[in-house]
Amino acid sequence: MTGPDGEPREVYARLSRWLAEAPPELLASRRAQADLLFRRIGITFAVYGEKDAAERLIPFDIVPRLISQSEWRRLEVGLVQRVKAMNMFLADIYGPREILRAGIVPSALVYQNPYFRPEMVNVRVPFDTYVHIAGIDIVRIDADDFYVLEDNARTPSGVSYMLENREVMMRLFPELFAAHRVAPVENYADLLLQSLRSVAPRTADADPVVVLLTPGQYNSAYYEHSFLADKLGIELVEGRDLFVDDDVVYMRTTEGPKQVDVIYRRLDDDFLDPLAFRPDSTLGVPGLMSAYRAGTVTLANAVGTGVADDKALYTYMPEIIQFYLGEVPLLKNVPTYRCREPETLRYVLEHLPELVVKEVNGSGGYGMLVGPHATRAEIELFAKKLTLDPANFIAQPTLALSTCPTAMPGGISPRHVDFRPFVLTGSKGVRVVPGGLTRVAMQDGSLVVNSSQGGGTKDTWIIEDAGTRS
Amino acid sequence: MLSRTADNLYWLARYMERADFLARTVEATQRLAALPAVYNQAGTEWESALESSGAGDPYRAKYEVVEPDKVMDFIIFDAANPSSIRNCIELARTNGRAVRTALTAEMWDAINGAWLELKRFEGSRTRDDAARREEITHFLDFVKQTSLVFDGSVYRTMLRDPSYWFSRLGVFVERADNTARILDVKYHVLLPETEAVGGSLDYFQWTAILRAVSALTAYHWVYRESIKPWLIADLLILRLEMPRSLLSCYENINRCLDSLGKAYGRQGAAQRQARRVMAQLENASIEEIFQQGLHEFITGFLDDNNKLGAAIAEQFLV
Repeated sequence: MTGPDGEPREVYARLSRWLAEAPPELLASRRAQADLLFRRIGITFAVYGEKDAAERLIPFDIVPRLISQSEWRRLEVGLVQRVKAMNMFLADIYGPREILRAGIVPSALVYQNPYFRPEMVNVRVPFDTYVHIAGIDIVRIDADDFYVLEDNARTPSGVSYMLENREVMMRLFPELFAAHRVAPVENYADLLLQSLRSVAPRTADADPVVVLLTPGQYNSAYYEHSFLADKLGIELVEGRDLFVDDDVVYMRTTEGPKQVDVIYRRLDDDFLDPLAFRPDSTLGVPGLMSAYRAGTVTLANAVGTGVADDKALYTYMPEIIQFYLGEVPLLKNVPTYRCREPETLRYVLEHLPELVVKEVNGSGGYGMLVGPHATRAEIELFAKKLTLDPANFIAQPTLALSTCPTAMPGGISPRHVDFRPFVLTGSKGVRVVPGGLTRVAMQDGSLVVNSSQGGGTKDTWIIEDAGTRS
Repeated sequence: MLSRTADNLYWLARYMERADFLARTVEATQRLAALPAVYNQAGTEWESALESSGAGDPYRAKYEVVEPDKVMDFIIFDAANPSSIRNCIELARTNGRAVRTALTAEMWDAINGAWLELKRFEGSRTRDDAARREEITHFLDFVKQTSLVFDGSVYRTMLRDPSYWFSRLGVFVERADNTARILDVKYHVLLPETEAVGGSLDYFQWTAILRAVSALTAYHWVYRESIKPWLIADLLILRLEMPRSLLSCYENINRCLDSLGKAYGRQGAAQRQARRVMAQLENASIEEIFQQGLHEFITGFLDDNNKLGAAIAEQFLV
């Protein structure tokens, strides 16, 4: 939160005064209240492979993160630009493949990508929209620059925390809201529903039926699925609630079968349809892909979008933006080493203790090496993995990530944060709700913010600049 | 609405209702078992508690002898008993969690709160007998309380749409089953004096039955007489003003099914079955029921009630 001079940045001025004046007991009691609220509402997150996993709370920090409106505007145009390009890229690689022919992106990165779906080649999806909902992970390194850390183009999660964190904060700190002008986030659900309705197949009537497809209550993000279905006022369906007849998707209702036009699916490609993908999956709907290809139903996000959230491909995003839009990329990529290139690999192997190495298709903080925090043995083990399969890894320098004040048991102290805004694309364009999910590393000095690794969240306020206040 | 959602709401309501019934059964049995032997010669009250809660077979599969503490524990806490209070609450929560979107915040709060409390009870159970008895008393109170809160939250917060009717349907189908079961287990003590079996009938057993279903005061209001077994049967089977009676349950079942029929614009096998049972109850008199045989009547009713459950499932829930 501090600027280069060590003083709190302008946007934080009011909050830091408040924090400095607030008695420690007050903060402690608000922390306890927040915990209770989350527990009562049942906002939980499951971590696979852990005992009592079904019911864990994500740590919530009561100190909000602030972003000024002018900073947000810059971020917003950058996000819109990036997601536009991402959609054009996907339409291209499943269609004419111009970017591959132009040699901008290596074909191998696309064709050998496990998330590339040959079934989608030459399938036209409505409005050429593939990534209806994107979660772009952003980090800030200095006062002026935001860097994109990762693109999440499959089924990004976390938006329910953005919304619930705000609800809880408004209940706990009305005085802080009164002192700041905070852009509201609660219209996210409306915008999402509008976007989803706008991409219904052309055959659907004026009032398309939208549903949210969940793997079920044992999925780690189930809370979010039910929360969103609720806010959107749509049915939360599981695979067994749907069936396909003559290339049309129906849901089983108490009044008999009802046709479904748009499926916001929170189920990975692999599990969507046992006839097309994994035959052992019981979570999906037999025949769904055939209906999808026949154009009677829209899937959001489209099938095969995982290609765009591959970490190796990520390194080409600036070129991709330039290729399709002819524009200079507004958001920077974090400098990234492609281990698939032999010279780069040599450099990475030599500098492992300074780097963060990630699997190109990994997510949730699994399968990564954080050099500065790794033991010698871990580094050696990772070096072996890298040498065996270099194309499977990328490396990034450990950044001087910005920190945010965070309420810890001993008082306020700085913790590293990242930020995931949610970008919506429908037939009428790309939109971003002013806000997002700030994830915070709860361990001192740690850079790992993933909730599956013990990271927490905090509310993010986009606030009117002091100058623009009337 | 989704068939699965309706199914979950229906079963959620059934499990909450059943948990309440089980808590009342245990309480009534405790009261009976505490009587001096002179009032209670048979001493089979824990066996009949097992039977009326439907836990007889699984209990015998686990234990050889019927011992009060074991029975109580089995009915209340044992995960191996599919119909234990513990399992009812857990199943209710699992069902509720699967259809969070269909529940109001108050309903979820009631169920989730019950489940958290249950976990607390499980975690803090003591071995000391006296303390345990007290704990069990608290727990049973808590279960009854929860059931009231849940019922109230449904009644006060749910939209009157099919979700509401399915969830009420679950309550009344389950309640009818529970009332019939308790009558069946106690049918030999309900026989009119002229046909007495097993010697003199025990005043305390009858009042225990009434207490179990919260009807002792109601009995006095309706009959203004001392406790007579056939009047108890009359109250629990044929009295419309008695909210647990079979007739009252069926009146409510019919109302729910009519509302669904109206909402969906069609009637089906479930509506026909419910009307048939209702007509039968309306035309019955307690004298005829005793002539035909109370046990036979109740067995027939339980069978009809199960058929209704199957028809509801077939028509709406799959």
